[in-house]
Amino acid sequence: MATIDHSRAGPRPAEADAPSGGRLMVWEYLMRCWRRYAVLSLSEAIGTPLLYLLALGLGLGSLVDNGAQSAALGGVSYLQYIAPALLVAAAVQIGASEGSYPAYSRFKWSKVFWGVAATPVTPGQVCDGEVLFIGTRLLAASSLYYLVLLVFGVAGGPAGLLMIPSGVLTGIGCAVLILALGAALHSDGGAFAMVFRFVVVPLTLFSGSFFPITQLPLAVRWVAWVSPLWHGNELARGFALGTAELWPTVGHAAYLAALFVAGLALARRLYRRRLIV
Amino acid sequence: MIFARGLRKSFPGTSGQTVEAVRGIDVQVQRGESFGFLGPNGAGKSSTMRMIACVSPRTGGELSILGLDPELDGIRIRGRLGVVPQEDNLDLELTVRENLVIYGRYFGISRSECRRRAQELIEFAQLTDKADTKVDALSGGMKRRLTIARSLINDPELLLLDEPTTGLDPQARHVLWDRLFRLKTQGVTLVVTTHYMDEAEQLCDRLVVMDGGVIVAEGSPTELIGSHSSREVLELRFMPDAQQRAEPLVVDLVERVEVLPDRLLLYTQDSEATLEAVYARGVRPRSTLVRRSTLEDVFLRLTGRSLVD
Repeated sequence: MATIDHSRAGPRPAEADAPSGGRLMVWEYLMRCWRRYAVLSLSEAIGTPLLYLLALGLGLGSLVDNGAQSAALGGVSYLQYIAPALLVAAAVQIGASEGSYPAYSRFKWSKVFWGVAATPVTPGQVCDGEVLFIGTRLLAASSLYYLVLLVFGVAGGPAGLLMIPSGVLTGIGCAVLILALGAALHSDGGAFAMVFRFVVVPLTLFSGSFFPITQLPLAVRWVAWVSPLWHGNELARGFALGTAELWPTVGHAAYLAALFVAGLALARRLYRRRLIV
Repeated sequence: MIFARGLRKSFPGTSGQTVEAVRGIDVQVQRGESFGFLGPNGAGKSSTMRMIACVSPRTGGELSILGLDPELDGIRIRGRLGVVPQEDNLDLELTVRENLVIYGRYFGISRSECRRRAQELIEFAQLTDKADTKVDALSGGMKRRLTIARSLINDPELLLLDEPTTGLDPQARHVLWDRLFRLKTQGVTLVVTTHYMDEAEQLCDRLVVMDGGVIVAEGSPTELIGSHSSREVLELRFMPDAQQRAEPLVVDLVERVEVLPDRLLLYTQDSEATLEAVYARGVRPRSTLVRRSTLEDVFLRLTGRSLVD
């Protein structure tokens, strides 16, 4: 099928003629859908951090800190240590879940994407619209998370604000991969559940969210190195604790940006293949 | 409006072989015409419609829609088409009005203009009472009317309807036909696929019968009936299986006999005389019916018994 796309359709010039607003129209549609459950999802965006901060930060943290500040954590309290990672983990959670069933259902059950494909909006723009929407959703959730951290006094200085883009970038990088998966699936067959159980959850546990990866045996540390979440955590933590150094920061951001660009290209391609048959 | 020559479409099948859905068809549709693709399921009607709608690249042949090539100008063409897909793809969580407004936006129509047109179309689709109801709560017929209304939001020059009334009750079908007939009188070019003969007779000025990916006949409903069927049809109804035993007794009375699960269709120029001859042979059907030939008879003739699927 891909060969057909390239050899004869070659409609790249036509694609350029599309009203470039197409992706914004899809975004507008998804925002309108979101309006119906925005209150719920925003209250969740505040409630979840509260629960984690109370349970892990204050509860577990009181054991970890044990009065003294742990050297392995770089001399900060456990709450300070995990706060940036919680924000990033929440972003990944939201990005992955918005990218899974909600997007997949627009192919499979409600089929609304086929309705869109019949208009001047192109499949690539449909994909872009989804990405813009998830990005917006991540921006809202990460900003609220930041505010909660601020209230708990663990948001760091002004540079701590950069936790927000760190979360958005990590979340959207994961979301585009899940969007690509959804576009390729013709029956769910538990694929999303597998991704959540065997990818998202392990990455959340082994990406330096709750303990530094130096505590891991060398043999499994690579899990963290390839994990977008680890790069996101390092980025966010560097900003919040004021420990960010130039080159590592650039490296982490570049890794996440590359993941996003590659994932977006793949997702656009699969959207096109799904909708143009 | 539509010009196709030698149009072909094949897909990679599930087990590796190539499925040839459309095997070289020639079609021309003029502005203002109502044109139909009639055929059993799997005849290639929907694949043809998808190629015309510029959402499915052709495998071979020539195709021009509104004077443009779908491969180069798909986006421009789609902007001037209205499409009613076989399966509704409305957003069930949004209201009737929201569905219309949102759809208009995809054509680059301003928000205020979308709202104005949505109101007009809600009236056209007779959904005024339901305008601000979630689509989920609508009946099948209402959803279908909304899908048709939605396809008109960009004021299309050419309206493509893929099985517009499949699955609707008779009442809902008549309401829908009435709406489509209004569009036709307003000069909108309609292209319809259907496997319902009555629908083709209601809506189409001209139609082609498709079977197995090719066109097997072409003409107006009356022409098709004239050239592929007899003037009258005598239906002999039997208990199941009894019709098979009766067939050899009557087969030489008329030019053609169709055997259906519960009846025999005798194609004849003079039903009264044929009926007398049937009784003279000692055949005793449960009941009989004399009627004029319809497209259904043409369809049976041209596509064999594939009507039963």
